[in-house]
Amino acid sequence: MAHNQRNIIDRTWDFFCSLKLTIITLLLLAITSIIGTVLQQNASPEEYIREYGQSNYELFVKLQFTDMYHSWWFVGILALFSANLICCSIKNFPRAWKFVTSPALIAGEGTLKNSVNRAEFSSKEEPQQLAQRLAGTLEKAFTKPTLTEDDGKLHLFAQKGIYSRFGAYITHLSILVIMLGAIMGTVWGYKAYVNIAEGTSTAQVWPRGSQTPMDLGFEVRCDDFTVTYYDGTQRPKDYTSDLVVIDNGQEVIKKTIEVNDPLTYKGITFYQSSYGPAGNASFKVQVKVRESGEVLNLRVVQGQNTPLPGGYAFAVTDYAPNYDRFGPAAQLRVNTPNGQQGAPFIVLQQFPQFDEKRAGIFSFTLAGYDEPPMYTGLSVAKDPGVWVVWVGCFMMVFGSCGAFFFSHRRIWICLDEQNGKTRVRVAASAHRNQPAFSMAFDEMKKDLAQTIENKA
Amino acid sequence: MTSSLFFNITTFGYFASMVMFIAYVATRSNAVAMIARVTGGAGFVANTIAIGLRWYESYQLLGVDGRAPLTNLYESVVFFAWSILLVYMLIDFKYKQPSVGAFVLPFAFISMIWAQLSLSNAIDPLVPALQSNWLTYHVITCFLGYAAFAVACGVSIMYLIKIGKEEKHADESPIGGILGVFPSTKVLDDINYKAIMIGFPLLTLGIVTGAAWANYAWGTYWSWDPKETWSLIVWFVYAAFLHARFTRGWVGRRAAWLSIIGFAATIFCYLGVNLVLSGLHSYGGA
Repeated sequence: MAHNQRNIIDRTWDFFCSLKLTIITLLLLAITSIIGTVLQQNASPEEYIREYGQSNYELFVKLQFTDMYHSWWFVGILALFSANLICCSIKNFPRAWKFVTSPALIAGEGTLKNSVNRAEFSSKEEPQQLAQRLAGTLEKAFTKPTLTEDDGKLHLFAQKGIYSRFGAYITHLSILVIMLGAIMGTVWGYKAYVNIAEGTSTAQVWPRGSQTPMDLGFEVRCDDFTVTYYDGTQRPKDYTSDLVVIDNGQEVIKKTIEVNDPLTYKGITFYQSSYGPAGNASFKVQVKVRESGEVLNLRVVQGQNTPLPGGYAFAVTDYAPNYDRFGPAAQLRVNTPNGQQGAPFIVLQQFPQFDEKRAGIFSFTLAGYDEPPMYTGLSVAKDPGVWVVWVGCFMMVFGSCGAFFFSHRRIWICLDEQNGKTRVRVAASAHRNQPAFSMAFDEMKKDLAQTIENKA
Repeated sequence: MTSSLFFNITTFGYFASMVMFIAYVATRSNAVAMIARVTGGAGFVANTIAIGLRWYESYQLLGVDGRAPLTNLYESVVFFAWSILLVYMLIDFKYKQPSVGAFVLPFAFISMIWAQLSLSNAIDPLVPALQSNWLTYHVITCFLGYAAFAVACGVSIMYLIKIGKEEKHADESPIGGILGVFPSTKVLDDINYKAIMIGFPLLTLGIVTGAAWANYAWGTYWSWDPKETWSLIVWFVYAAFLHARFTRGWVGRRAAWLSIIGFAATIFCYLGVNLVLSGLHSYGGA
């Protein structure tokens, strides 16, 4: 029984440590991720039903395809992936750590005899003295070696790039760090949006997917929103908002934000995201009563009925900054005293006499207009986990470069007396990219040979 | 001297180089291999000058709004061709296997001819979303990564062709004919690995710079938009490849297939997402 239990634990452990599991989870993640790129995520039920039909939609909901990157099964694969990562690292890390805690200061006979990179010399010089000089050469050509005396033999050991043994572990750890940062962001942060009309301020934003606003704890005012265009084109160059942060009645920050240049205050960042008209355009309209010749100068807002003498009323229903290349134009209609709506007609600012020809009871002239005030649409984000994500990203980039482009290189030199001469045996190894190391070793061999000869 | 003249020279250079590399495979003549290398190198020089000139021209045309030529599909495709040559020449310098050129130069040539024949080469000023220094870092890292994957894909195709023949004639003398000029499967496997070793950290850096930019511009470093997701899919496939090399039953053929699938996913990430799907990177399809 105990044996069986042991067996099951071992097998579970082996399962979580296996590289096959790694490959399969990676490929599974790759394949399943495709779903969310083909099927629109987080759309409204109506959209799915229109596109795919009721029964397919129900299937999508059941399989959580409509928000698949947060579905239990996708998160489950990620969890399996993490477990695999952790187990593999726990299993293999101690072996790598041993290279740090107990470096092989002394090469075994096997290494000295069978290493791919090896050399043997002999010299009449005293071992002790020769070892000192070889240590000097190694320090110049490679790095400072450690000298150990053991069993009447002298051993020099030098190593470089031991950190590259940890590249893979750092890369693996970085994935967990990034996931941790993402979780921190989800738990303690939020994404929201807010629209602020020019000249107004707000202390509340709307979290994504929520119907109730939340308090910022300070106020944000938008003084101005502007779209600029590249000269002579309709191609937008910049969307900018002049924002002011007001905390406790004090203006604390003033900044003109634009796309790619947000404003941050107390860990909350405001990004230029959208814009639109806030309210209606207003017009200066001159009305001439045809019979009496009376002239009225009125200021009216788009869509609002404005009373005229005799119980009549009129409204501006639409406008264009440049109507058919005739310049600014407004569309108007006149209501009769009994409330009947008249047919719409157009007045042009550049042609004040134009409306006379209509021969109505009133004739209208557009004297000027003001574009509606704009609102600026801001994305609001607070993410206390983002720095953790960046730490993870740094670890990932440096870890993978360390793992791929560097290797742990070691050189051993063993000096002993044989037949009244000093025998010098050299062995070297690199744990990765051996061909390149062999070339470097050949160069080093020449240096060592020269050092030995110079005295011999 | 305009950039488009030099882009024409580039396309011609890559075409000539491709033909000569294929001729090398057929003739095994070292002289032919040399001509292939020289024309490829000349094409690369022309490509470099063309990109530089286009950069200069953008300032002449747009004044202060000039920018590095890495902002639309045309510019990215010619930069992709440039990157492929860069990575190829590095690999060729190290391994000196001219037959590999016959499987890599076609990618560069197809990129150039496609850009020149069917993509708009207008120099337009940047939309607000792209006005950021992150753009340059993001594009350069991604495309150098993509180029390394292109080289790996070409080598993997060679590997699959060669290993089939090798297994069939396991006990016969070394393979002659065209396949004889291919490097051994061991070397092909090594080049495949080295290329992906270059590409993978670059892709990682490309994803990271993209995330950093997204965070700076939109306030979210990851939003599962199709382009982001596909870049992650590519990353998963190559991560699987890198682990396959240490796993029994996954070395050799399967690893080569993973490399080819990885490049197919790369191309979909680069082009398919813009042309087929929609999302935040939609301006890349212009």
